[in-house]
Amino acid sequence: MTDALKTARPGVRVRSGNPVVTILRRREASLVLALALITVGVSSVAPRFLSLDNFGQILAAVVVVTVVGVGQALVVISGNVDLSVGSVVGLTAFVAATTAHANQSLPLLIVFLMAMAIGAACGAINGLLVTVGRIPAIVVTLGTLYVFRGVDYIIAGGGQVNAAELPSSFLDFPSQKLLGIPLTIVLTVVLVAVFAAGARWLRVGRYLYATGNSSEAAHLAGLPQRRTVFGAFVLCGALAGVAGVLYATRFGAVTSSAGLGLEFQVVAAVVVGGVSILGGSGSIIGSVLGAILFGVITNALNVMNAPSNWIQAISGAAILLAIILDLAMSRARERRERFDRERAKLS
Amino acid sequence: MKLSSFRHLLRWEVMLIGLVIVLAIAANAVTPLFLTAPNISDALSNLSEKALMLLPLVPLIIAREIDLSVASIAGLASVSLGAMFEAKVPLAVAIVVVVVIGALCGLLNGVLVSVLGLPSLVVTLGTLGLYRGLCYVVLSGKSVAGFPAWFTNFGFGYIPGTLIPQPLVIVVVAAVIFGVWLHLTTGGREVYAIGNGSGAARFSGLPVRSLLVRLYVVSGTFSAIAGVIYSARFASARADSALGFELDVIAAALLGGVSMAGGVGSIFGGLLGLTVLGVVRNAMSLANISSEVQSVVVGALLILAVLLTTLLSDSSRLKRAPSRAVRKEVAADA
Amino acid sequence: MRHTRILTAALLGAALAVSGCASSTTTTSATSSGASAAAKTYKIAMLPRATNIQYFVSASDGAKKAAAELGDTYSVVGPTEITAAAQLPFIQTLTTQQVNGILLAANDPNALLPALAKASASNIKTVTFDSDTATAGRAIFINQATSAGIGAAEIQQMAAAMNNKGKFAVIASSETSPNETAWIAGMKDELKKPEYSGMQLVKIAYGADDAASFSTAQGLMQAYPDLAGIIGTNSFAISATARAVEATSNAGKVMVTGLGTPNDLRKYVKDNTIKSFVLWSPGDLGYLATYAMHALLDGKITGASGDKFSAGTLGERTIGDNGEVILNPPTVFTATNIDQFNF
Repeated sequence: MTDALKTARPGVRVRSGNPVVTILRRREASLVLALALITVGVSSVAPRFLSLDNFGQILAAVVVVTVVGVGQALVVISGNVDLSVGSVVGLTAFVAATTAHANQSLPLLIVFLMAMAIGAACGAINGLLVTVGRIPAIVVTLGTLYVFRGVDYIIAGGGQVNAAELPSSFLDFPSQKLLGIPLTIVLTVVLVAVFAAGARWLRVGRYLYATGNSSEAAHLAGLPQRRTVFGAFVLCGALAGVAGVLYATRFGAVTSSAGLGLEFQVVAAVVVGGVSILGGSGSIIGSVLGAILFGVITNALNVMNAPSNWIQAISGAAILLAIILDLAMSRARERRERFDRERAKLS
Repeated sequence: MKLSSFRHLLRWEVMLIGLVIVLAIAANAVTPLFLTAPNISDALSNLSEKALMLLPLVPLIIAREIDLSVASIAGLASVSLGAMFEAKVPLAVAIVVVVVIGALCGLLNGVLVSVLGLPSLVVTLGTLGLYRGLCYVVLSGKSVAGFPAWFTNFGFGYIPGTLIPQPLVIVVVAAVIFGVWLHLTTGGREVYAIGNGSGAARFSGLPVRSLLVRLYVVSGTFSAIAGVIYSARFASARADSALGFELDVIAAALLGGVSMAGGVGSIFGGLLGLTVLGVVRNAMSLANISSEVQSVVVGALLILAVLLTTLLSDSSRLKRAPSRAVRKEVAADA
Repeated sequence: MRHTRILTAALLGAALAVSGCASSTTTTSATSSGASAAAKTYKIAMLPRATNIQYFVSASDGAKKAAAELGDTYSVVGPTEITAAAQLPFIQTLTTQQVNGILLAANDPNALLPALAKASASNIKTVTFDSDTATAGRAIFINQATSAGIGAAEIQQMAAAMNNKGKFAVIASSETSPNETAWIAGMKDELKKPEYSGMQLVKIAYGADDAASFSTAQGLMQAYPDLAGIIGTNSFAISATARAVEATSNAGKVMVTGLGTPNDLRKYVKDNTIKSFVLWSPGDLGYLATYAMHALLDGKITGASGDKFSAGTLGERTIGDNGEVILNPPTVFTATNIDQFNF
């Protein structure tokens, strides 16, 4: 069962004579295919779907989930999970908004750094409990989900921060553009690129995959496992902090229930994106594609005017379909690899 | 169960019992209203649905799987009951149908996890969304009420002459059945064997797949029963019935010593964990501690409980469950 | 292991037995103190839909003020989730604590009835406000305005902003929200009037919180490119919609109105994204509810139609049909008067 969902690890080429076929066999390709199919299908029914403006809105809408998803992917690849991200986003969003409200002239960059620091601290707590306390990540982060959310509620009281109270530098951020592309999307793309490259080419990225794949073997090989896992949690928290600020600037009003339930969305996006929940495989790009896929599905349902009470059911079904499809494709790939191996033996 | 896991469990259960006693004494010191029969009765009745959802979850987690969709199945059962009731189906018939629906929901989970081999965390995450979404499809805006008196009296009534809530009877009976099955029958021992190393269990000829499917079907069935009890206690059915209950149920299992690594845990421990959660929440409410602070306390309690037991136990306990590498290899060869 | 189980069972059994004695003493002392309350200090508790919503914090402040004026003790308890299941334990706790009165904003009209019946059996009175339960569950309901009146007011504002023609949609928090469902029914009734024949309600959509309402608003604008207006019928729906409209540069094209608080919406009113919106003072709601509760506990009123009671600075009030008391006709907020308010 565990191997059934093995996906291609970075650097392991799925061999074939034909380069196009090689690319097509990668996990991420099936996601792009799914996206393309949905786009074609929906546009034929509702042509409004296929517009630059609409795509821009989809991307802007998935920014928060994508950024958190990058961090979550790091943690899941290392063989763990972080259920507290929704609470961290809520907490940092509220603190960021309150700080901006109290200091109207504070540069947005400082707000970002502050949120990152708070998020990183939360991540560090998770990381310590997992590595030093040797408590399973699901237990730790379930506990911190409650604790961080509770702290958020206590700080907020019944209060909230309104649009009228926030400085314009804050509120205008989502509409600022660089070369015609909204800054929020640029920021997200940069983060994704940095982390995707780091996970694939930096040594610590290798450690991450190795730890997730087999902590015993990694331990025997002398890899600094605890530091790697700890680092993954800290980064996940920091990225959740960044997402918190993005949340606050996008919605312009932050209550203490911000980010409630976000962790489920993020884990779904990451898993659909091909990051195996068992650890050791998958890619950052995959998690991003997963987030975009969910954004596209939600948007498509809205554009096609699907009854609103169907949306959650369809999202759940989408997760199931995605992993079943993934399984079918990986079984097909395994069969082909075995066939290639057999053929290689004969020749 | 192996001797070392036995000892671990004993230590954990003892700690939990001690915790319950300490909490009860502390709570009573803060507010003498705590140790009153009506209050304990209220607190226990509020745990009825969660207890029923917890019972099949314990063997599932021991077998290194999970079911996140329990609350969504309960909700679906509740709304289906409401919808059928509105369509003038006799309530007794509707209850039976609804339980069957729960079993089918569980069957889907079981097939996807066991037959197709998909990771249970992801599968049940998907079905959590799917089944809860279906709740909103079935009963969109409405809250169905007006259930007959025999139904609502069951939900909110006591056994005549006592203050024992009637739904608790179902919970106790179910708990006894589960406890006997898990700890005293071969079927139950199979569950621990699976949790300790699936490949080895498969080699010795145990029908792993069929057992897992059956566990998921039972989980769906009991979740549906929990949904029916919810509708009785609240005298209504809504799309948000039992919303979010899964978090507490899983926290209760973890608090109760059922380890995510598999192979360890007991029904009694799980129920103790749920009791601790219930006592803590109830006592804090009586002491007028806000919900916000209660959240923090519950989370911290979960972490502390696990941390404490990890620190107190010998390191050999951690090596008991075979490492993932060994498990993967064994599974690959199977 | 068997021993520990028997021990625990014995302990629990002992606890129940012991508490059997304890409970009788507690209840008698409670009732005796209740009976001797010719002293008019009552214990009043508020149980809002959730404690972390600004609107209910304001309501609680109003109630606290009234309780202070009346010399009653006041507390506010409640969940952080907006579900009936989360409210139930608090009703049970308040019953155990033997408060005298519960001010309740219910998350479901029926789900709490059994628990409220038990409270009533111990002489605890319930007054609902903002969201009602079925009449069996409470003596009095403080309604901000009639549901029909609130719905009508929202339609009137929407019509004014849209010049009485075009397509519009409504965003509510959920399909199971009792007060919003009633207001939407009021809206549909108002829409039947001839002056609104040029307007068409194309969709009722939902957003459980700020972020979801934002996405819902965007979805509506995408699904209906010729949409002329959106009514956000709760405080976060309207602010999220206004923000979404501004974020997609549709301000002025898609008019926004609904129910919201002045502080939340000040910016959008000044930007002209919202021409006008409607509300009442949640603080007044809590204040009135407390005065009604006190009069009820005093025995001066029973909740029957025609009963009158005095409500401090809000003057004398009369109870209407079904135990309902109306606060005020809703206030319309526009750019001209919005700065006079601070909540």
